Amino acid sequence: MGHLRTCPSGFSLLLQDMEGQELPYVLIDRIGGKHGVYEDHVEFLEKHFRLVTMKEYLENKTFLSKKITAIYMWYYKPVINEELLQSLPNLKILASSGVGIDHLDLNLLSSYSVKVSNTPFAVSTDTADMGMALMLASSRRLVEGYQLAVSPDTEYFPADWLGAEVSGASLGIVGMGTIGYKVAERAKAFEMKILYHNRNQRKKEEESAVGAIYCKKIDDLLQQSDFVLLSVNLTPQTRKLIGKRELELMKPTATLINISRGLVVDQDALVEALQNRVIKAAALDVTYPEPLPRDHPLLKLKNVIITPHIGSATKKTRRRMMENMTESIEASLAGLPVPNEVLQ
Amino acid sequence: MLRSKAFSLLKPIPLMSGQSNLAYKLTHPAIASHGLHCHGRIANYRQRCKTCPCNAGRRTISAAQAKVMAETELPGILILDIGGTHGVLENLAALLKKHFHLITMKEFLEHKKEMSKKIQSVFVFEGRPTIDRELLESLPNLKVIGNSGVGVDHLDVKMISEFGVKVTNTPHAVADSTADIGMALMLASARRLVEGCQVAVSPDTKCFAVDWLGVEVTRATLGIIGMGSIGYKVAQRARAFDMRILYHNRHQRSQEEEEAVGAHYCEKMEDLLQQADFVMLIVNLTPETHKLIGKKELGLMKPTATLINISRGAVIDQDALVEALSNKVIRAAALDVTYPEPLPRDHPLLKLNNIIITPHIGTATVQAIRMMAEEAIANMLAVLNGQPIPSEVCPK
Repeated sequence: MGHLRTCPSGFSLLLQDMEGQELPYVLIDRIGGKHGVYEDHVEFLEKHFRLVTMKEYLENKTFLSKKITAIYMWYYKPVINEELLQSLPNLKILASSGVGIDHLDLNLLSSYSVKVSNTPFAVSTDTADMGMALMLASSRRLVEGYQLAVSPDTEYFPADWLGAEVSGASLGIVGMGTIGYKVAERAKAFEMKILYHNRNQRKKEEESAVGAIYCKKIDDLLQQSDFVLLSVNLTPQTRKLIGKRELELMKPTATLINISRGLVVDQDALVEALQNRVIKAAALDVTYPEPLPRDHPLLKLKNVIITPHIGSATKKTRRRMMENMTESIEASLAGLPVPNEVLQ
Repeated sequence: MLRSKAFSLLKPIPLMSGQSNLAYKLTHPAIASHGLHCHGRIANYRQRCKTCPCNAGRRTISAAQAKVMAETELPGILILDIGGTHGVLENLAALLKKHFHLITMKEFLEHKKEMSKKIQSVFVFEGRPTIDRELLESLPNLKVIGNSGVGVDHLDVKMISEFGVKVTNTPHAVADSTADIGMALMLASARRLVEGCQVAVSPDTKCFAVDWLGVEVTRATLGIIGMGSIGYKVAQRARAFDMRILYHNRHQRSQEEEEAVGAHYCEKMEDLLQQADFVMLIVNLTPETHKLIGKKELGLMKPTATLINISRGAVIDQDALVEALSNKVIRAAALDVTYPEPLPRDHPLLKLNNIIITPHIGTATVQAIRMMAEEAIANMLAVLNGQPIPSEVCPK
């Protein structure tokens, strides 16, 4: 535990670790509230860092700008721009929460020699769980069912109210990275037939372990799947990966599940496809933007369920993310290999 | 929906022309792999019918005559209705018509004298029609009540057997879809899926809060109370989520079965309740399991735990559950079943925000509903043909 000392000017606290070394200054957006670093993470963080909020930084730029060596970006904040990078001459690393880095200008950061880290492993199981949750909820009409069960107008449960089976159905995973593979592991236990499309084919042992069949052409996957699950990262290549053409290749009885990024799907094409029953339904943890404007057609469709980007939203996972980010920052500042470094 | 492994529970084995009761072989991967149901044997009709008495009076007839004969000789089956709010679904009625002469309750009541002797079986769909003493007394040739679904708590099996009538259920057809609903409820509750949907679409939502959190399913501890066919399938699924699986059952499963899913037996239910993050009820409703989970059991559960019920509403003391949820004795509940169904609209369970309720949809899939009818048909035909019955429910 560091001990506090007021420096002669009485202006700022000099926090030191057990060896009397000054703790590194790390910029964060804010603590608490809807968007800030979690209050119950602060104790841990303060053992490792001298946290500097944006407010504090702006009030004392002259002193703090040279001290800050790392940015702890918690859910896309603080926002990074050229101006900020120019004013932080000693910035070494930006640790970003979550696995997605589509919100970062990697070229810009590398031009300032700032390393970037993310948290791909911490989020993987929760996000895979969310994919399964959405698939099951959509297929079994869980949200509609709940509404029926609690509605003041419900007098009886109709006998012809049916959903569709997940067990034994075919699942097409687009993007078989860490998260996609974990989805496959889970789906296998439901005796699902698993197809996948990926930039590269996985090893034979990895494929056999989950019974996954590679589809070099995404079209083959789309035509055969009862459920299409998107677990790619967002890059220029995957932007609008699923558009009108892809939706039309899907079965009219198929469901689209998106746990990657909203922009991977052409949202206007999706609205049309859902309205015209080109596909049966969609279940989205991500949209573009988030949240959607309140008059967006996706919010009105009966055959969509949308969740508020909660793929990694559990207490344990968020804590692990925080610990991973701390590790990455410390390694970078110590000149050691950075765990979870995002390489260009 | 097309399934990659499409199968029908009934594989027809037409024996000879003029045969009015087409013999059917009940096939299901579950039966093949898990062995035999405790009360029956897989019917092997091809073998049996060689010695079946109906082969004795074989004669040559034309195809048209055979068709007429077939229709008039089909055994009568009583159902509540076709279609409507509680009737048998149209496509299931079509399946039944292949093997039975369908008689609706309305027809029966209007032509009792004529119909009562014709009825050899009753197809009970979603708990209807109600089987009471009066009905049994008016059906002198009734041989079997084929229930769609595995739960028979709505049937007085003892009383029915006193009339020499057998009761059959459909344990194989329900297993996958019910296990899936158990997993769906556990995931939806843990990750606050229903609430999340409400936030995502609410007109008041301006931004998504980053401190909006649920609880993990992966690596959590699942306690299964009732490790029958459905419970075992839940364990198979939960294992893929790296869950630690505890189970409580009347009897311990074999070591191989336990190891296959990584399940640990808790002889005392209390041990399971104290350790589980998720408690899932998958027992059948009997006098022994009535109010199995009450105030004491809820008090033993972790305050962070979730209770999931996919068995029957009466397995839980509902008043005790309301209290436990209101006072955060447990974190949340997810119920596919309640008592009654639906709950009265002013019931306290409907007002709590740490509960999700679904309208008993454990087998509400296109595939399961069809498979249940097929399994029921196979069972009823077995009884009528004097064959071994795959899923007979015997009175205790």
